[in-house]
Amino acid sequence: MAHLKDEPFPGTKVLNIDAVLCHEITTPVAINDLVARGKDRVFDPEKIKVVIDHVSPAKDTKTAIQGKIMRDWAHRHNIRDFFDIGRNGVCHAIFPEKGYIRPGYTVIMGDSHTCTHGAFGAFAAGVGTTDLEVGILKGVCSFRAPETIRVNINGKLPDGVYAKDIILKVIKTLTVKGATDCVIEFRGDVVKGMSMESRMTLCNMAIEAGGTSGICMPDEITVGYLWPFISSDYKDTSAALADFKKWWSDEGCKYVKVLDINVSAMQPQVTYGYKPDEVKDISEMEGTPVDQIYIGSCTNGRIEDLRVAAAYLKGRQISPLVRGVVSPATPRIFKQADEEGLIKIFMDSGFCVTNPTCGACLGMSNGVLAPGEVCASTTNRNFTGRMGKGGMVHLLSPAVAAVTAIEGKIADPRKFKKETI
Amino acid sequence: MKTYGGKVLFLDRSDINTDEIIPAKYLTEISKEALKPHILEDFKFEGFNPQDSSVSEAKVIVTRSNFGCGSSREHAPWVFEVNNIHVVIASSFARIFRQNMFNCGMLAIELSENAIDQLFTHRGAESLISIDFDNDKLTITSAKDTKTFEYQIAEFDKALVKAGGWVELADSKY
Repeated sequence: MAHLKDEPFPGTKVLNIDAVLCHEITTPVAINDLVARGKDRVFDPEKIKVVIDHVSPAKDTKTAIQGKIMRDWAHRHNIRDFFDIGRNGVCHAIFPEKGYIRPGYTVIMGDSHTCTHGAFGAFAAGVGTTDLEVGILKGVCSFRAPETIRVNINGKLPDGVYAKDIILKVIKTLTVKGATDCVIEFRGDVVKGMSMESRMTLCNMAIEAGGTSGICMPDEITVGYLWPFISSDYKDTSAALADFKKWWSDEGCKYVKVLDINVSAMQPQVTYGYKPDEVKDISEMEGTPVDQIYIGSCTNGRIEDLRVAAAYLKGRQISPLVRGVVSPATPRIFKQADEEGLIKIFMDSGFCVTNPTCGACLGMSNGVLAPGEVCASTTNRNFTGRMGKGGMVHLLSPAVAAVTAIEGKIADPRKFKKETI
Repeated sequence: MKTYGGKVLFLDRSDINTDEIIPAKYLTEISKEALKPHILEDFKFEGFNPQDSSVSEAKVIVTRSNFGCGSSREHAPWVFEVNNIHVVIASSFARIFRQNMFNCGMLAIELSENAIDQLFTHRGAESLISIDFDNDKLTITSAKDTKTFEYQIAEFDKALVKAGGWVELADSKY
């Protein structure tokens, strides 16, 4: 394998990395440490991609300094793929959108939701700052060789049920530690029929079951998404598809566990506690009061998420009991939502529309909860204090978020009419 | 190498996530030292007080399964490091946290659930754990008695601890 750089001890593999992704929360400490060690170098400025996304625009001096460290570093090392405020978006939405993630790539980032990029048939893993620092310096990363869990998702997806509901169900089944040191491979007819956006939603939350990476087999849909970036590399889409297939799992390969999920009778799923595996059917959660609705993040801030939410919100007002915040994940998504009339629908319904940023998801900015408040959120973590100290989070899909905003309490999208947008 | 061992802080819950260890609002700090007062600030457990002397005096944490799940933030090992806690013993760890510990030259030691149960029977302000790094053994001493456990850590992780972390090792080798 071209990626295997070294196997220093049995079971430990040091891999060459194709894309080292960086944001302003976990990278500045790595940069400062490299400078302090006299190793202010980068292994390959073409393979390092940088964004400011977590707190954007800067909210105070500390976050302004984080941005400045990133900016100065990107400039002095000629890192051209740097997305500063105004051109920036949530890392796991903007990097795929730019075509940086390809089947067979090895990808690391100092961010646990890096597993998102497995949607392209890449091996993509979140790492800490030291691993990131070594990635920046040497283009390598060590891994304990993972095992693979296969999740077969079949059946017919009912109206009102989406990729988010499926992944919440998978996490409930596996538990928050069920996939530790494993890659979760998503297979089956439902995945085959999914857009890249939905596949990213699935893979995004692999980490919530402890998974190293999520992964989907790269197919016609992957080729279609990437075609603007790869059209000069292949004579036609069939040639690209044939090439991508080399990254499929081997026939007869060994899985440590196989999970079969039939979605035909699945309900929308909602978390009820402080762990992402504490999940219930919506029928058990309807009527739960909330204070804020948040639609956005690397899980569900993409264009199809906004379309779904807007289809429920069109012509309706959100309840005076709640406030709504929507954060399109990238400038391109924002512009597209504007062109399609979605931004107007959100604003007419009473939602606050913010610029692309991660802010509220981890309680850093743009939608922090007060103690005792509850948020219905399309994000990926419901840990205690996650969106603000003393606050609580219910994880759910954009469809559930939208109808919850209308009702002012958790509601079932299957009971609402979707408008044409 | 750092020093390993000393007074024990027992955290009797599974799935303690890195948001509980160090909340995201402190991730705007760019020095490790600034994290120090915020150790375990959002740890959800009845009766736990992060200001307690059991936290400030601790050198070792003993806990249950899937410790350090959630965010990849290395601020979690760092907040332990600046509080002189260089050893965490659990029945299992989340992958990224475990690697972050070794990458910083600290120890994430896995023991069986049964062994962890035995460690918890020694719970008390006077409990001490010593680490015999070369022989992969740890010993707990308390008012109750003294007991030694063998553990295993991966050869690679051991090399990281000996080298004082991953950056120097990787830069000299690759």
